[in-house]
Amino acid sequence: MESKLGLDFKKVEYARGLAKGIATDVQSFVEQYTTVAVERTLCRLMDIDGVDANGVPLPNVVVDALKDKGVLQEGALFFLGNAMIATGLCPQEIAEKVATQELDITKVVTRDQRKIMEALQPVIDSSIERIRTRRQRREHYLDTIGEGPKPYLYIIVATGNIYEDVIQAQAGARQGADVIAVIRTTGQSLLDYVPYGATTEGFGGTFATQENFRIMRKALDEVGEEQGRYIRLCNYCSGLCMPEIAIMGAFEGLDVMLNDALYGILFRDINMQRTLVDQYMSRIINGFAGVIINTGEDNYLTTADAVEAAHTVLASDLINEQLAFMAGLPAEQMGLGHAFEMDPMLENGFLLELAQAQMTREIFPKATLKYMPPTKFMTGNIFRGHIQDALFNMIGIWTHQGIQLLGMPTEAIHTPFMSDRYLSIENAKYIFNNMHSIGEEMQFREGGICRKRAAEVLDKTIQLLEDITKEGLFTALEKGIFGDVKRPKNGGKGLQGVTMKGDNYLNPFVELMKGKR
Amino acid sequence: MSEGLYSMEAKDYDKTLDLKKIKPYGDTMNDGKVQMSFTLPVPCGAEAIEAAKQLIKKMGMENPSVVYYKELTSGFTFFNCYGSCTHTVNYESIYVPKVESNVMSMPDTDQYIREHFGRKIVIVGASTGTDAHTVGIDAIMNMKGYAGHYGLERYDMIEAYNLGSQVPNEEFIQKGLELHADALIISQTVTQKDVHIQNLTNFIELMEAEGLRDKMICCCGGARITHELAQELGFDAGFGMNTYADDVASFIVQEMDKRGMK
Repeated sequence: MESKLGLDFKKVEYARGLAKGIATDVQSFVEQYTTVAVERTLCRLMDIDGVDANGVPLPNVVVDALKDKGVLQEGALFFLGNAMIATGLCPQEIAEKVATQELDITKVVTRDQRKIMEALQPVIDSSIERIRTRRQRREHYLDTIGEGPKPYLYIIVATGNIYEDVIQAQAGARQGADVIAVIRTTGQSLLDYVPYGATTEGFGGTFATQENFRIMRKALDEVGEEQGRYIRLCNYCSGLCMPEIAIMGAFEGLDVMLNDALYGILFRDINMQRTLVDQYMSRIINGFAGVIINTGEDNYLTTADAVEAAHTVLASDLINEQLAFMAGLPAEQMGLGHAFEMDPMLENGFLLELAQAQMTREIFPKATLKYMPPTKFMTGNIFRGHIQDALFNMIGIWTHQGIQLLGMPTEAIHTPFMSDRYLSIENAKYIFNNMHSIGEEMQFREGGICRKRAAEVLDKTIQLLEDITKEGLFTALEKGIFGDVKRPKNGGKGLQGVTMKGDNYLNPFVELMKGKR
Repeated sequence: MSEGLYSMEAKDYDKTLDLKKIKPYGDTMNDGKVQMSFTLPVPCGAEAIEAAKQLIKKMGMENPSVVYYKELTSGFTFFNCYGSCTHTVNYESIYVPKVESNVMSMPDTDQYIREHFGRKIVIVGASTGTDAHTVGIDAIMNMKGYAGHYGLERYDMIEAYNLGSQVPNEEFIQKGLELHADALIISQTVTQKDVHIQNLTNFIELMEAEGLRDKMICCCGGARITHELAQELGFDAGFGMNTYADDVASFIVQEMDKRGMK
């Protein structure tokens, strides 16, 4: 491919190689560990669902029992498999008996791994099949009713009540949205369990629960069939329950998941060891389920300066790409994040934004790039805000972004009104149509502002990746390299849920899901 | 849409400004012109437009005019409208409580601290409760600051600790004690269903229960926070839109001096 920006692709390959080294270092750490969230995910893959008499999810009941006995390192599947052989019960029945304390699964006779796998195999096969069927259902829709053109129009709903969300989501889809993201209630990322059932109370968003996923999926299929366009559903596979949310999404047909450990570390103060281990399992699931992941680099620019810190976004995108490859995610499913966040008063700011968006496009040609609208400099002046969003939309169509997160004129005031979404979708559709082929028509002048900017960002990215290579990602995060936020390796939330894998540990899903599509 | 592009209506009202009776200004004094947009949960049609006009009249407007409408989804119609407000407000009788301190520059504040306290003062900040947003507290505290106003971390004579977001109030207060904070500052971004009021109230209750309320300066801030609201909730000051680190730092040091804190 020839670069419109005159990018030196040898430098890009060098940067990618550095990122791969950094990611490999992280990966060798990650593979030695498991977490309570990963084990709860395996329980869910064993078909364990529901809550006990106190409303505690059964996967938590089982995993907490193992943790209390100090045997979490052997993993849930080891004990569940042994318990299945010993009792002849299915995993759900076993979990129910653990909840009522009728059964201590750490006390049953243990068998060798072959016997355990034999017992687990039918449930494993049925879970894999369940996810595969879900994926085929999406593919069938895409083959029959099709989808909207890229950039996909992405809007959020955030009423707190899943049934109200459905009304807002269907309205948005009818106005032209391609992706509906159900924002989670504030604070959910720090819950070490996933709430159960349909929910109607949330602050600034709606609880992610499997039932809520199901309700919204059904609503979007309805409106998708009516509109003759598949509508994608997005949720947030981040926080302390990363892989659990991934498996729920895989079961219920979600299409897009925010899925980024770095985001959780920096902006939710989640322990880095915990969330990188969780991320690996969640990305394996997302990869297998055909889910597009979104990464959160755009957020770096809400705390750091968008001009000065542009290279941190690219560096992180490159590292995230390698970590995703290691989890078996294909490039097409990578919604690597970047943003339009420069001060609108900056002279030629538009050109710098354009250069960066085009650069990101060229460096990740196959990725379904996620492009984030202005938020930091949205002031409450809704009229100017609408224009800022228009400039953002111009770059979206110009540089062929994958997912355009639509900016709202009322950003920084309230979660969107129905009419805000309408105005935003109208804005994007107008510009996408009116400027449709601008990317093919326009060239970037040699020696001009855009080419210089792209080259400068790439050079600084390489420098940063070289620095991170020397000290490793963990140390880099401790030093506040991304988003100007510093996080200690042993600080943050969730570290106590991490444990090194023991001798009996098994998780056959890693190979099953990474190997097959 | 009867008025067309240019209004030819007679302007037979008093066009002199009376601060005892002010009303909105479009292009002529006392024309009362107001621009509105809203959505009604009814299908698009003549009845919807009439409903919008009647509603505008009930809001105290004359000459309601619907200039644009569009059905957003079945059963919801969006309107852009104008009207002339009949209500007036006495501007001269208005009193708004404000943070009463001289806003000083960063070097002046540093100097003030040297002269009045002779030591670094400690300010601990966080976005407490369930609020996950750091944008507000960062704008005030980060070295870099916001919109050209350096943050508290940049002040020579301030030891600033930014604890980030989603910090429980208990933990926040505990940390404040450990760090010997002179002032605790809280940012609140999410205000849906008044969650910020509950959280800020909870903070003040905890401070009072611990007997700490008088020992530290307590401030809150955020786009939806006013000084009046903050005082009602028991804070020393509230910082809303268009206030920066300089406002916060100036208030804290002068309030400390006023209270005789050393």
